[in-house]
Amino acid sequence: MHDISRRKFLSLSAAAPLAPLVAGPLAAGVLGSTAFGTTSTSPAAALTMSEKARRRIQQQHLPNIPLINHEGKRVLFYDDLIKDKAVALNFFFANCDEICPLVTANLARVQKLLGNQVGRDIHMYSFTLKPEEDTVSAIRQYREKHGAGPGWTFFTAKPGDMEMIRKAIGFSYPDPAIDGDKTQHIGNIRYGNEPLMLWSACPGMAHAQWIAETLEWMVHPEQNRVQAP
Amino acid sequence: MYFNVFGEKVSRRRFKEMCDAAKNRRELIAAGLTSRRDLMRMGLLTAGGMLVAKSGLSARAQTLTPNPNPTGPSVKTNQPPSSGSNTSLGTNQNCVPGNQLASPKTRAFIQPLPIMPIARTVPSLTPAPTENPNLSAGEVRAAPFQAPQIDATRFPVVPGILYQFNQRQFTTSFSPDLPNQTIWGFDDGTGTRSPGPTYQAFYGKPQLTRNINSLPSITQSNNTGFGMASVSTHLHNGHTPSESDGNPCDFYTNGHFCDQYYPNVLAGFNSTNPPNGDINESLATLWYHDHRVDFTSQNTYKGLAGFYCLFNQLDTGDETTGFHLPSFPQFDIPLLFNDKVFDPNNGELVFDLFNLDGILGDKFLVNGVIQPFLQVSPRRYRFRLLDTGPSRFYEFFLTGNIGGTSSPTTNPFFLIGTDGNLIPVPIQINSVRIGPAERVDVVIDFTNFAGQTLYLENRLNQINGQGPVAQDSQIPAPIDNNNTECTLVLASNTPAIKPAGAGDLILQFQVTGPKVADHSLPPSQQKFYSLPSTTASPRVVRTFKFDRLNGQWSINGQFMDCNTFRFTVQQNSVEHWLLTNLTGDWTHPVHIHLEEHQILNRNRLAPTLPADRGRKDVTQLHPNERVELFFRFRDWLGKYPIHCHNVVHEDHAMMALWHVEPTGDTVKVP
Repeated sequence: MHDISRRKFLSLSAAAPLAPLVAGPLAAGVLGSTAFGTTSTSPAAALTMSEKARRRIQQQHLPNIPLINHEGKRVLFYDDLIKDKAVALNFFFANCDEICPLVTANLARVQKLLGNQVGRDIHMYSFTLKPEEDTVSAIRQYREKHGAGPGWTFFTAKPGDMEMIRKAIGFSYPDPAIDGDKTQHIGNIRYGNEPLMLWSACPGMAHAQWIAETLEWMVHPEQNRVQAP
Repeated sequence: MYFNVFGEKVSRRRFKEMCDAAKNRRELIAAGLTSRRDLMRMGLLTAGGMLVAKSGLSARAQTLTPNPNPTGPSVKTNQPPSSGSNTSLGTNQNCVPGNQLASPKTRAFIQPLPIMPIARTVPSLTPAPTENPNLSAGEVRAAPFQAPQIDATRFPVVPGILYQFNQRQFTTSFSPDLPNQTIWGFDDGTGTRSPGPTYQAFYGKPQLTRNINSLPSITQSNNTGFGMASVSTHLHNGHTPSESDGNPCDFYTNGHFCDQYYPNVLAGFNSTNPPNGDINESLATLWYHDHRVDFTSQNTYKGLAGFYCLFNQLDTGDETTGFHLPSFPQFDIPLLFNDKVFDPNNGELVFDLFNLDGILGDKFLVNGVIQPFLQVSPRRYRFRLLDTGPSRFYEFFLTGNIGGTSSPTTNPFFLIGTDGNLIPVPIQINSVRIGPAERVDVVIDFTNFAGQTLYLENRLNQINGQGPVAQDSQIPAPIDNNNTECTLVLASNTPAIKPAGAGDLILQFQVTGPKVADHSLPPSQQKFYSLPSTTASPRVVRTFKFDRLNGQWSINGQFMDCNTFRFTVQQNSVEHWLLTNLTGDWTHPVHIHLEEHQILNRNRLAPTLPADRGRKDVTQLHPNERVELFFRFRDWLGKYPIHCHNVVHEDHAMMALWHVEPTGDTVKVP
């Protein structure tokens, strides 16, 4: 096996892209600074298709719900955490002794691999599934215990609000009996690049190296990947 | 009498629960957790007053009313408050799982079935294809072509048949009742379309496709809400060398391309049956689709799929020769099925990006339009049915007498191929079930239906991404006062198969015109290929456990990782693969690249369904099943995946990579 170095390959392939290229029929700009999550007065008809799509995603999946971070600061889910950012979201609770410590430890490895990209290019967010018992100090202690670095923030909220976020990002089961069992909670990482509307998810227990690479692709989607057969 | 959103009888207790849930929701808005203004501020309530259907807040419960006629085919229920009446004939699937609102109304059977044109070849490519990846020209390919290294005369680096496919964004119409949609498709030089042009390929004639990514730049922020303009095009069921297979982990963006070499050669040509392979292993109905890791569901939903029909000296495409199957393309028609959802307010195509289970749509498309009709002559036709998902299974019936004075009829037809592989003899069936990525080839004889109208009807009951409703299952109606979504209101005693005429009428056949010449043979007189022997002892028996761990789709407790190869198959060896699924409630259509397989047994019993007894490349793995497959991995070397082809599961890591090498390992649980 002789792997083609990715960086080498990128430098080679970037040198001479195919030309001329056909541009897409759309030339939509990015959404303006109007936070439709707060109040929006512009009629839907005035928006480009891209803007409408972005708004639809926000309305259905990214509610502007208030949260409190591990430093006790109040923030809004969409406006402050998601809008215009590339993010990785997951759920935990402090006294969880099965999947949460594994995923959190794995995310700590991911953060090390991503280095100073975290907090700058990628924002890591962890949300408690038990806001009724996970106070600000509880999530702060949990965060410190797992060695989370800058750019990785932990949140609690009103219980009903947190449930709304969990379901909005699709971390629920079709069977409500399983859905209500917190030991079986979704262990995935929801990742996305909000302005580019790139969203997917990966298992929180996947190899840290691959999670880190996946997150980098989302931040830099205009790169190619190839490896030896 | 009480009814749920499906028009089914439910108990008084269940109905009370449903009403309570609706009441809770109203209270929530009126005085509860959040005020109306708060809901608006959070983006959960639209300006029109409609509750955005997420977060367990159902917009459906309000409209529940006892249904006076729960069994008739015209019954429509479960209307969201502001999306208008969804009275599309024959589509009773108005309840969209995943907490989404139903699509706007569309009329059925007013548009003819589009038939994809045969892909156009090009005389040459500039720059010419090279054996090694042409990096300086912008090519992204993992390795040199393998075929010319085996025999450069038979497989020249620049074969005689060349295609250039540009993948582009374009605008098309799925229905005159919806706005034009901006999606992605393939352009062979004659214009962009989705489904892409149909390849007409022949055994013994190698060909090459230059797949160029001409989609919009990702960073232009012109996304329509889903899709990743970074691609890898897989030829599904191709006996394809790994560098040309379209691996999910090799992908490229705008301005780059991959030359993919399709040798069109029988498996075993360089191993078990040199020099040409065994004709009994011929493939016929293949398809191509995007396979970009983590984004396959979005990209195929957005249009990146098409057919690849492969012919030989027996399956000729000419009904006067060989097997005398109906002639291609006039009487041999590929049908690409998928289901989609449209924004109830503006009619734009939407995709549930945040779904982990599987996605169902409430609009059924064939060859890119919603519920088309096809005018056929009173004679025999071959249809190649392909389910491109994302997650829906179908059980197709040929239904007649819809809207007549007597009951709808069920008419038999012939199964001739499974996953594109002709079976030993045609089997007369009343219905056939296919799951995501599976194909069936069928022959329908319209001779005795002159002047009549028939329908391809899906009668399979499926309410969420888990798979079809279990056979006449007793699924208890779960209790969740805050959630009355359709995924949760399945009544007990739900039938697996709906009554005739009560399913989804997807394609209408108008049998018109005079009797025309038909040189095809009646299926009852036809005989195709013998099944290759499966008695050879396996070098290794490997087990693959498909499971869900805390919502994470897994194979043997591990997850997709492009940098990890789980095991190595020894080139030209026999293996048995045991697929197991102990989850109890999920069906996984499992696909393995490179080689087709045969199902040896399901739960240690020989397969009984006709569609299970042929050569396959996707096997439905049902709840609580253990399925044993027979494989020979021949001729080519390199990397391939095994994965669930419910593409939502696939995109959430239910996939594993493996190698074929001259020396293999014996890892039993990779």
